[in-house]
Amino acid sequence: MSTRVAGRVDAARPTVALLPASRRPVALALTGLLALATALVLGVALGNVAVPVADTLALLAHRLLGWPVSVTWPASAETIIVELRLPRVLTAMAVGVALALAGATFQGLLRNPLADPYVLGTASGAALGAALAMLLPIQVALLGFGLMHLLAFGGALLAVAVVYRLSRLGELNSLTSVLLTGYAVGSLLAAGLAMTMYLSGSHLRQIFFYLLGSFSLSSWQQLLVGLPVILLGCLVILGRARSLNALLLGEETAAHLGLNVRRERLVLLGAATLITGAAVAMSGLIGFVGLVVPHLVRLVVGPNARLLLPLSALFGASFLAFADLVARMPGELPVGIVTAVIGAPFFLYLLRRYRAGYAL
Amino acid sequence: MSTALAAPVEPALELRDVRLAYGLREVLRGIDLCLAPGERVALLGENGAGKSSLLRCITGLAGNASGEVLIDGRTGRQHGREALARRVAVVPGQTDVAFPLRVEELVALGRIPHEHPLLGPREEDREAVAAAIRRVGVERLVGRDVRQLSLGERQLAVLAMSVAQGAGLLLLDEPTAHLDLRHQVAVMRLLRRLAEEDGVAVLAVMHDVALAAHFFPRIVLLHEGRLVADGAPAEVLTPERIRQVYGVDPSIVPLPLPARSPD
Repeated sequence: MSTRVAGRVDAARPTVALLPASRRPVALALTGLLALATALVLGVALGNVAVPVADTLALLAHRLLGWPVSVTWPASAETIIVELRLPRVLTAMAVGVALALAGATFQGLLRNPLADPYVLGTASGAALGAALAMLLPIQVALLGFGLMHLLAFGGALLAVAVVYRLSRLGELNSLTSVLLTGYAVGSLLAAGLAMTMYLSGSHLRQIFFYLLGSFSLSSWQQLLVGLPVILLGCLVILGRARSLNALLLGEETAAHLGLNVRRERLVLLGAATLITGAAVAMSGLIGFVGLVVPHLVRLVVGPNARLLLPLSALFGASFLAFADLVARMPGELPVGIVTAVIGAPFFLYLLRRYRAGYAL
Repeated sequence: MSTALAAPVEPALELRDVRLAYGLREVLRGIDLCLAPGERVALLGENGAGKSSLLRCITGLAGNASGEVLIDGRTGRQHGREALARRVAVVPGQTDVAFPLRVEELVALGRIPHEHPLLGPREEDREAVAAAIRRVGVERLVGRDVRQLSLGERQLAVLAMSVAQGAGLLLLDEPTAHLDLRHQVAVMRLLRRLAEEDGVAVLAVMHDVALAAHFFPRIVLLHEGRLVADGAPAEVLTPERIRQVYGVDPSIVPLPLPARSPD
């Protein structure tokens, strides 16, 4: 049956040649890998105590790949790189992957170019959770995470669960109502956050710093707990590129293409929320990465999720690692400020340059 | 007329006593319909007669429908979602795209029920996409953003996507709405070619009675959720039925003459 139509075309004609060359995904992937490697090396080499790049490369080869390299660096450099900078850079990369993939997923699910990982209330839920944790006189320490991280993670997940229930996202209904529900729940939580901050007294600065995002407290222990969660969510999303493609034309068309829309939507939403929650718990609220990185990739390779998802992950990782590098140059700036300051002008430039083919 | 032709062949689509109600409002009150492979049927009726609901019953999107819907002799449940999508393609009246999407990328979406879930499109999928683009004659649209096409061009691109889907049954919901005359005729001719040359069964919801009468050999008329007539245009579209179904003076509709030459 399936060949009935396709089979009618003359076999002699080179049919596939009709399709134009793909939109440079290979070049983009290589650029992304190069950027990622550069971000890794510079990220561990630069800082208050700069380690020469040659030493850094040798040290990384020695510690990460197990190459037999003669030790030419002081022990203090090794401690700084391995104990402080490496976990920090890798955490920034993991969070970048999570935010970029979550952003691409929410944009695809909600069919909205303005969607980002925080669109359904994760940001407000996490912020409120973190702020409450600072006021509670309870000390919890679980595998490198404190009460603040746990409540931030829980708050993000809970917020989306509430939006999901209230908007009856399980049914095929208007996406606008989902977005509005997310906005309403987010506003309510934001009011709770404002109230908490108002009452927080001496903790205000701490809460404020968390809201802007930072990797200054990253550790191996946190990374080893957070990374599996992020990896799991990312694999689930990457394995569902086909579902996101089917959803490009809306729920009905996706169903006509054989998709179990309710199930796929729940799975994708759950995975994207999970990795957003993990990212938020590890680093606070970092804006712009999840919104902009998928758009940048889409500008070059188009909306095909099979390319969009892995390339977004790649560029999310390098973008956030670079942003963190910039953030710690002048001392310790919140990285959320840096992502916006670098990202926004660059994005505006690209939008102008590509306007002919990419009208938002 | 269809039954005589379909006797030895398994019907592409068979509906038995299909009923659907939204709450207390009955939308479909027992529809029986049979389409042979290669048959083209226009579904006519007033707004709210149940035409689009009938299409939703066939694709299984109307969850609370009763009765039997058989596609190639089996129910949707027996086929499974993906296998069903390889047999039934649906062309919506309107297609909105949220992101920039090239025409060939749109057409490739039709291969989703065929491609590997994880590894993606195979060589045969890429060939089918190219073949569909040729079949529909939209080569000149390749490389363009779907959102920047005219409505007529966009509808042809969506048709190419459905052709790429390779289904034996094509359902269309007002495929010529908002199109100019040239594109209306282009769509109608394409449907005829798909049916006659490729054996695709076509069921199209139509609003333009004259266009349907001219291009479809068989017309099914729905009125208030019931099938009131089924047959050749000249038999079905009588002045009395036009008055009954649409509630207008039949003289304003150019109806087919009883002895009509084919096209």
